[in-house]
Amino acid sequence: MSIDTSKVADSNRDEPATPAKPSKAGAAANWADERLGLAGAMKKQIRKVFPDHWSFMLGEIALWSFVILLLTGVFLTLWFKPSMGEVTYEGSYAQLRGIQMSEAYASSLDISFDVRAGLLMRQMHHWAAMLFVASMMVHMMRVFFTGAFRKPRELNWVIGSLLLLLGTLEGFTGYSLPDDLLSGTGIRAADGFMKSMPVVGTYMSFFLFGGEFPGESIIPRLYAVHILLIPGLLLALVTAHMLLLVYHKHTQWPGPGRTEENVVGYPMMPVYMAKAGGFFFMVFGATALMGGLLTINPVWKFGPYDPSKVTAGSQPDWYMGWPDGALRIMPGWETHAFGHTISWNVMLPIIVLPGLMFTILLLLPFIESWITQDKREHHLLQRPRNAPTRTAVMVSLMTFYGLLWAAGGNDLLATHFHLSINQITHFMRAAVFIGPLIAFWVTRRWCISLQRHDNEKLLHGYETGIIMRSPEGGYSERHLPIKESSAYTLTARDRDQVFTPESETDDNGIAAPGSRKERLRARLSRLMYADNVQKPTREELEEAHHHAEHERELEAGLDHPASGHEFDGHNLHEVSDEPLRPHH
Amino acid sequence: MSSHDDNLPVLEADPIADPGLPDHTWRPTDVDPAMARRAERQVAFWFTLSMVCTVLFFVSYFAFQVGDDPSTFFGLGASTLFLGLTLGGALLSIGIGVIQWARKLMGDHEIVEYRHSAASSSEDREQALAALGLGAEESGIGRRPLIRNTLLGAMGLVGLAPIIALRDLGPLPGDALDHTIWSKGMHVVRDVVGTRILASELIVGDLVNAQPEALFTGGPDGGPMEGVELQVQKAKSSVIVVRMDPDDIIPGKGREDWSVDGIQCYSKICTHVGCPISLWERTTGNVLCPCHQSTFDLGDSAKVVFGPAARPLPQLPLAVDDEGYLIAQDDFDEPVGPSFWERDSQ
Repeated sequence: MSIDTSKVADSNRDEPATPAKPSKAGAAANWADERLGLAGAMKKQIRKVFPDHWSFMLGEIALWSFVILLLTGVFLTLWFKPSMGEVTYEGSYAQLRGIQMSEAYASSLDISFDVRAGLLMRQMHHWAAMLFVASMMVHMMRVFFTGAFRKPRELNWVIGSLLLLLGTLEGFTGYSLPDDLLSGTGIRAADGFMKSMPVVGTYMSFFLFGGEFPGESIIPRLYAVHILLIPGLLLALVTAHMLLLVYHKHTQWPGPGRTEENVVGYPMMPVYMAKAGGFFFMVFGATALMGGLLTINPVWKFGPYDPSKVTAGSQPDWYMGWPDGALRIMPGWETHAFGHTISWNVMLPIIVLPGLMFTILLLLPFIESWITQDKREHHLLQRPRNAPTRTAVMVSLMTFYGLLWAAGGNDLLATHFHLSINQITHFMRAAVFIGPLIAFWVTRRWCISLQRHDNEKLLHGYETGIIMRSPEGGYSERHLPIKESSAYTLTARDRDQVFTPESETDDNGIAAPGSRKERLRARLSRLMYADNVQKPTREELEEAHHHAEHERELEAGLDHPASGHEFDGHNLHEVSDEPLRPHH
Repeated sequence: MSSHDDNLPVLEADPIADPGLPDHTWRPTDVDPAMARRAERQVAFWFTLSMVCTVLFFVSYFAFQVGDDPSTFFGLGASTLFLGLTLGGALLSIGIGVIQWARKLMGDHEIVEYRHSAASSSEDREQALAALGLGAEESGIGRRPLIRNTLLGAMGLVGLAPIIALRDLGPLPGDALDHTIWSKGMHVVRDVVGTRILASELIVGDLVNAQPEALFTGGPDGGPMEGVELQVQKAKSSVIVVRMDPDDIIPGKGREDWSVDGIQCYSKICTHVGCPISLWERTTGNVLCPCHQSTFDLGDSAKVVFGPAARPLPQLPLAVDDEGYLIAQDDFDEPVGPSFWERDSQ
């Protein structure tokens, strides 16, 4: 493709870009290509197009924070000792000197106080982990809200969900390694979670801890999981995620010239290389500033783990907050029968619920495509308002998550806002069921209103804020048509089609096979689409424009704004001198 | 809606036709050499600033010592603070400079690339299937079920090997969870210090964190226990000793003689998921677990009055020895801590 680059920063360029004679770099490239044959792949990828939008940056934050985690993590492994062997602390931190503790905790203190840049790296590592999980979640919401998970990207949604799950586990294992009082309490609770599992729970606990809790194996085992097993899986899945991104090409927002069949944006080299590479340094730099300025997980304040002690206000890292909240508001149900105990109060909120939520997350794209029966590929994004039910489903899930997360801090809510912890708990027990329903309904109606507003803009133009007075004395606001490109962008979407099952009975009155499934699908499809506002048809649009022109004719000669003070003597200056706002 | 050959949907051209990509507009830096030079200087400024920050990072590394004071500046250690600021500055400056370069000076023509359906072409599919069929045919796997079945058997069996090999991760639970180190006549001692508790020393409202004396005498040569054994016992034998007004206590059935003048002893390990219980509210006689807020009424056999726990805290039957020190009558009569599948008591 030939593009006009005649003017691009030509002031930088005094010499032609092509060297006069074969350079050393050229010789090296030749040497490499004769062995690797990379030119074939590079010629396609080097100018690969990436579309521009701020929301496409969220996944990038996740990617770069993962890289930062690998880099800072390697630094930490050079000093950390994953051992529960007891030592007497003799390091720099005076308050703990002479105290018995595990080598893991002692080496965490050494990294914090006796290794230069050690505390910085520890805090950067922890902040990057927060950022990693948070940006994955926000990225996932972006993908869901805009419909970017639709065919052919469902598998990348599944990979992304696995990344979120593994990232959370990776966070929990890393958080537990310093073997301080707070993280040790977390491991102890995890032991309780495991024991709640029927039949296998006790065995799992004994095998994981190498005997009875706490044993002396858990830290080295979590270490192996944290620095080898999960990072390996993460790395493989991140690679697959990126390869699929390259293969599918990035989704884009609809707009003039942006269709389902193309992708419009800037080339990988140089613009996206610079933007993405530069952004890596931005994320890295921001993490370094946070690591230097914001204390996180001050393990020296918690003291070494002691199974007989605990601190008030024990809280896991934020991404573990929501199942912890479910655990807190669960009623104390337990069944004892035939010599066995089933603790519903632990198993339901901490084993079953996260598993269920994760399954729902994985299945979301498949549930939607089953209802819509849409087999087409989709590369244009949808605005959240144009998929009201989908948007409402995610907001409903977010509300559920948020309420449980708040319940995970019920003790802090109680102390900070002087509330009764019992009342908070009772409130939350009801709110986690009612809240998502309200959120669903409100979001759905909200989206539909916004759709209606879009249609208003298309049919009647935008509100100019200019009040017109008719000869009869009536007032009206003047509307002007929106730009053609904006109008096109607003209408660049499909019309929703409600699924209607084919006749449920055949000619002989016998129910068609699978008709119950079809009926369910039809009901869900109606729920999903029936209330949506569809974009206007060409006829509606033409009629509205015709009408608007007629209006304007009537208003001809009245092209002056009214100040509203025409009759009250406050009309200090001649309003007809004021120009109208220029047309958009 | 019909899908065409390419499996890509055609966007309806209604109600407005696609006006096509807007014309490119030149940036000030494209048309004004002075602006371009200015942008060039700005980018170079950021890269230079990065170098300055990195040099300052080296200086900070050697100038500020790490040590025992983590709160020199605004509660932050000097070393960490300056290393973080300079490293952050160095990295951010590179990032800002590169992005400035991309936005102001690199070509900003949007280019168009065409998409292709994610699916392979039907010829490719047919050829792939044919190759697969040919391969399977040549291997004879379909014609020789004996080979296929024995291979499947061998793979399945060898797959079990790593699972079996993990057996030594830990011992079988046995009845380890059913018992603690408490036994008849063992003294109840204060935690950390290990001194015995004189019943008459406790006043109404006192709560003492206590442990079995064996933790301080059961180790090598009659000294304190060490290592794993100590941690395991701390994790399940820790108790709280509380003295309440005997009138405020409703003795549990069959537990009438388990307390000494209103002094009762309960397991410190929460029956929910096993956090040590620590918050004592002496006016109500309740203890609260700080992890998930289960609340137990010590005046009523430590029954759950609030929160997610399902069972009361196990009670340790108390007595006094000849000198008036608190001792245990026996071990707990039920497992302490969180519930588990094999647990066989209400």
